[in-house]
Amino acid sequence: MKKLLTAAVLSAALATPALSEPTKAGFIYIGPVGDFGWTAGHDRARKIMQEHFGDAVETTIVENVDYGADAERVMTQMALSGTDVIFAASFGYGPDVNVIAGRFPDVAFQHATGYIQDHPNVSLYDARFYEGRAVLGHIAGKMTETNTIGYIASYPIPAVISGINSAYLHAKAVNPDVQFRIIWTYSWFDPALEADAAETLIEQGADVIMQHTDSTAAIRVAEDAGVMAFGQASDMTQFGPTAHLSAIVDNWAPYYIDRVQAVMDGTWEAQNSWLGFADGIIEMAPWNDRIPAELQAEADALVAAIAGGEYHPFTGPINFQDGTPWLADGEVAPDVDLATMDFYVEGITADLPN
Amino acid sequence: MIRLEKRKEPSKFWRIANPFLAVLLTMLAGGIMFAMLGKDPITAIRLIFFDPIFSDTFGSYSRPQLLIKSAPLILIAVGLAIGFKANIWNIGAEGQYIMGALFGAGVALAFFPQPGWYIFPLMIIAGAFGGFLWAMIPAILKTRFNTNEILVSLLLVYVAERILAAMSLGLMRNPDIPGFPGSRDLRRYEAAYNSELIANTGIHWGVVAALIAVIFAYVMMTRHMLGYHVRLAGQAPRAARFGGVTPARLVVVCLGISGALAGLAGMFEVSGPGGQVRIEFASGYGFTAIIVAFLGRLNPVGIVLAGLLLGLTYIGGELGQMMLQLPSASIQVFQGMLLFFLLALDFQTNFRLRLTKGARA
Repeated sequence: MKKLLTAAVLSAALATPALSEPTKAGFIYIGPVGDFGWTAGHDRARKIMQEHFGDAVETTIVENVDYGADAERVMTQMALSGTDVIFAASFGYGPDVNVIAGRFPDVAFQHATGYIQDHPNVSLYDARFYEGRAVLGHIAGKMTETNTIGYIASYPIPAVISGINSAYLHAKAVNPDVQFRIIWTYSWFDPALEADAAETLIEQGADVIMQHTDSTAAIRVAEDAGVMAFGQASDMTQFGPTAHLSAIVDNWAPYYIDRVQAVMDGTWEAQNSWLGFADGIIEMAPWNDRIPAELQAEADALVAAIAGGEYHPFTGPINFQDGTPWLADGEVAPDVDLATMDFYVEGITADLPN
Repeated sequence: MIRLEKRKEPSKFWRIANPFLAVLLTMLAGGIMFAMLGKDPITAIRLIFFDPIFSDTFGSYSRPQLLIKSAPLILIAVGLAIGFKANIWNIGAEGQYIMGALFGAGVALAFFPQPGWYIFPLMIIAGAFGGFLWAMIPAILKTRFNTNEILVSLLLVYVAERILAAMSLGLMRNPDIPGFPGSRDLRRYEAAYNSELIANTGIHWGVVAALIAVIFAYVMMTRHMLGYHVRLAGQAPRAARFGGVTPARLVVVCLGISGALAGLAGMFEVSGPGGQVRIEFASGYGFTAIIVAFLGRLNPVGIVLAGLLLGLTYIGGELGQMMLQLPSASIQVFQGMLLFFLLALDFQTNFRLRLTKGARA
C-alpha cells in the first residue's frame, strides 16, 4: 500500500512539471512598447492575454526590432529557447517570418498585417482599418472648416492606401469641397518626422490631422496649433485633450487569447484572418465633447452599420483616380482588391509615390 | 591639490588599456542600471556578453550571427578610419552603404532569372562602385568648392534613403507581388545569393571581404606611402603639404576608399542576410561603424575587436530583452555608455593628474 502511494505521489510529481510547463508566446515589435500607438496596442493585448491565462502562459517581448536580419535573428533565438508561438507585429516582417518558419516547422508563427504565407505554420492576421477610417473621414469632413484634411502616411502599402481612400470617400460624401493633403514619412515611428509633417500640413491649411504612423507627436502639434486630430491604434486623448477627436483603437486581445488557446489545445492551424468592427478587433476611442451630439450619433450609426454588415465602406460607384470605373453602382469591393490596393480613388489630387 | 598636466606624448599604455577599461566600467555602470530596473545585473551582463558565445542553447546559432552582424560594421569602419586619420570626415557611410546595395541589387535584378557565375562578381564591382560614386559627391564638392564633407556626406544619407524608398516602390519592385513595396528576394535567386560559404558558420563573402579589407588597410597604413601620407596629413597638415601630399588627392582617395567599402558592405548585406531591397533596408550600420572606428582606435586590428564587441552587445542585447525583459532602450544606453566611458578615459591618454602640495593656491 505504502509502495503504491509512493508510486502515485512520485508519478504525480513527475507529471506535474509536464502539465504546468507553460506555453511560451514570443512577441516582436517594430517600435517601442511605449509608443502609445501601434506597438502599445499589441502589448496591451499581450498583457490581457497573459492575465487571462495566468501561469499557463509565459510571454516574452523584444521591441525595436528592425526588419531583415535582425528580425530573423530574434525569431530564431525565440524558437531556440522553446517558444511555441511567435507573434510578429508588423507588416515588414513578412519575408523574415517565412524564412524562419521554414526552419522551425514546429513553431506557430502569427504575422500581423502580412501577405506572405509560404509555410503551413504561418498565420496571417489583420484588422479592417479602412472601416475605422471611414468613420474618421466622416467626422473629419463635417468638422473641418478649411476643407483641408492633412494625412500623415507611413508607407504606401495596401493597408495605408485603403485607409486614405476610405477616409477620403467618406469625408467627400459629407463635404464635397474637401481636399486631402498627404505626407509620406517612410517610417512607422519617428516622432520628430511626424511632428514636422503635422506642422507642414497645418501650414498648408489643414485643420484636421489624420495619421497612419504610430507616435503621439502629431497630436501634440495639433493641440499646440489649435487644430483637430485623430489618434492612431490607441486612445491618444491624454496627449491632446482638445485636439483629439477620436482614434481607431486596436483590440487584438480576443484574437491573441483565441490563438494561444489553440496552441495550448494543439488545435492551432494556419489561418488568414481579416477582422473588423464586427469582431471587436477595432473600436472607436470615446468621441471628443467638441463633436456635436448629432455628428456623434451619425458616427455611432456608421460604426453599427459597418459592424452589422449593412454597409461596406467601399461600395460603388467608385472610380479610379483617372476617372475610369472601379466599382459599379452598389458593387462592393472584393477583399483581394482591398488587400492589394495600390491606387487612389477619384478626387484625391496627390500622386501615389513610386 | 590636483592638477592637470598635458603629457608630452600621448600615453601608449592608456591608448591600449582604455578600451578594455571602458568595457569594464560599462559592465559596472550597466549592471547598476539593470539593478535599478529590478533585473539581476549578473544575469543581464552574462546574457549580453557571454551567452551569445558560450550558451548551449544559443551559442551554436549566435556565434555565426556575430560574424554576420559584425562583418558590415568592420568593413565600413576600416574604410572610415583611414579617412578619420587624415582628418577627412565621412559621416555618410550609411548613404554609401545604401547606394552600394542598390547598385549590387540592380545588377542582380537586371540579370534575373538567368544563371551565370559572372553575376555575383559583377554585383560586387557594382556595389563598390555605387558606394564610391556616392562618396565622390562630397569629395568633389570639397576639392572644387571647399564645402564641408561632414555636412554633405551626412545629408546625402537622407537622399540615399529616399532613392531606396523610390526603388523599393518603383523600378526594383517585385512585379510578381502587386501592391507591396520591395524587390525580389535575392536569397531565392541562386546566381545572386550571397550564401554561407561553409554551412552554419555565418561566413559569407562579406565576412571574407571584411577580413581582406582589414589586412589591406593594415599593410597600407604601416607599410605604404599612402598610409604615411594619411598619417602625416592628420598629424601635421602643413608638414604634409611640404612633404608632397596633395590635399585634394587625399580627400578623393580617402572618401573613395571608405565609400567603396561601405558600398561593398551594403551589397553583401542586400544579397545575403538582408535578402531584398526594401524601404527599411538600412538599419544604421553606417552610423554604428563610426563608433566602431573610434572604439577600435582607428586601427584595423582594433576595429575587428570593436566590431565584434558591438555586434556582441546587439545580439546579447536581444537575448537580454527576450530572456530578462530588459527594455530595448536600456540596451541602447548600455551601448552608449561604452563610447562615453572610452571618450572620458581617453582624457588620460593626453593628460595626467598630478597631486601637488596644496599651498600654492
